[in-house]
Amino acid sequence: MSWFESWHMPRWFYQMGSPKWFFEIGGRLQPWFMVAAIAMITWGLLWGLLYAPADYQQGNSFRIMYVHVPAAILSQSIFVMMAVTGLIGLVWKMKVAFMVARSCTLIGASFTALALITGAVWGKPTWGTYWVWDARLTSTLIMLFLYTGVIALNQAIADRSIAGRATAILSIVGTINIPVIKYSVEWWNTLHQSSSFSLTAKPTMPAEMYIPLLLMVVGCYSLIVWLVLQRTRNEILDQERQASWVARYLEER
Amino acid sequence: MLGFMYSVIRRDLLLVMRHPAEMVNPLVFFVLVIALFPMGVSPEASLLSQTAAGVVWVAALLATLLSLDILFKADYADGSLEQLLLTSHPAWALVIAKVIVHWLVSGLPLVIMSPLVATMLFLPADAIPTLLLGLLIGTPTLSLFGAVGAALVTGVKSGGMLISLLVLPLYIPVLLFGTGAVAAAVLGMPVGGYMAYLGAMLVFALMVTPWAAATALKVGQMQG
Repeated sequence: MSWFESWHMPRWFYQMGSPKWFFEIGGRLQPWFMVAAIAMITWGLLWGLLYAPADYQQGNSFRIMYVHVPAAILSQSIFVMMAVTGLIGLVWKMKVAFMVARSCTLIGASFTALALITGAVWGKPTWGTYWVWDARLTSTLIMLFLYTGVIALNQAIADRSIAGRATAILSIVGTINIPVIKYSVEWWNTLHQSSSFSLTAKPTMPAEMYIPLLLMVVGCYSLIVWLVLQRTRNEILDQERQASWVARYLEER
Repeated sequence: MLGFMYSVIRRDLLLVMRHPAEMVNPLVFFVLVIALFPMGVSPEASLLSQTAAGVVWVAALLATLLSLDILFKADYADGSLEQLLLTSHPAWALVIAKVIVHWLVSGLPLVIMSPLVATMLFLPADAIPTLLLGLLIGTPTLSLFGAVGAALVTGVKSGGMLISLLVLPLYIPVLLFGTGAVAAAVLGMPVGGYMAYLGAMLVFALMVTPWAAATALKVGQMQG
């Protein structure tokens, strides 16, 4: 593995591996993401819920999209982020990476649940039913199961560093399985489909409907960065409580 | 390395032969779960024949899941797993050897038994070879993904329930293609595509899971 040992990541990458550095840099970045998240989500929600024109077919019920679509996008992004940070933790033996992955689990599961719930609430007036075994719904449900598996494994192992490694392996295997699951579910659905609905054939959206959605998506990304930073910093304080800098930090506050 | 794998397989098969219950129990469980469906749902032949493939596949999934304990648990408990990992041979070779034993003990008997139970569920005779072939290609994939779950929970106290939460979501694609193939065969449609997908998933599992399970076993050893 000599090629691997002679190859280096940029310096900041290794610095972020230090809990102290991560805690300080994260603390400096956090307010920016907080402001961005609050501003964009408020703006996007107000615009989307109050001022965007009603849909010509769905009326006002389409507005739940402004929560549903970001939640659905994030549920997948967070899972991939969990696997990538887990892989970084395994390869470079960084415990901060495991802490970030651990912080992602509950947030990701919450967004997946939010996507399913908002989808069901929207489905009732639009399709006349809360649930159909549509490809997208089913793969989101499987996504939630994958999250619960990761959370259950993480909770079951008391030693944090072992739990981090085990969870990383599971989330990597899960992530490379996501495309397989997605396509198998899509194929299964199209074969069995008789009276289902197509979510993919959306009417093209005008800009006044689309821009608030974009704001919501970017705002929610900022929101999870903010939340993940906060949870990871809490985790650092908890796991590094023996370190002298933590004692100094807590005294200064 | 092949010698190492051969001796692990030989040893584990010998151990199973000394405790035949390890081989018989999953099989009895498989038949029992299948027998519950006509009693729980309906003994009507028309209804059963429609659900037969799904019932057989779900029962196979659960039987595989419940037999995953034999992979690493006993070896972990008596310390021989640690010794096997300390040898100069790669850990993934150990995982593959263990998976081969697991499949021979739990997967293969299910495959052999499946035509019988499928007939009891009134699956049309034309579809039975498809079910058989699908299970033959699909069950090794189940054992491979199961090995990752089993390796992750070595040393975890309440591993039984946990392992099903970890492994079942990963089994879903195999279930979909396995049952889809039978549904296509019942309608007289070609099943080659389904078999190709099941085969592709087996190759994919062979590429990914030995590494993942081997890493998980090493992580589990840190627990001590």
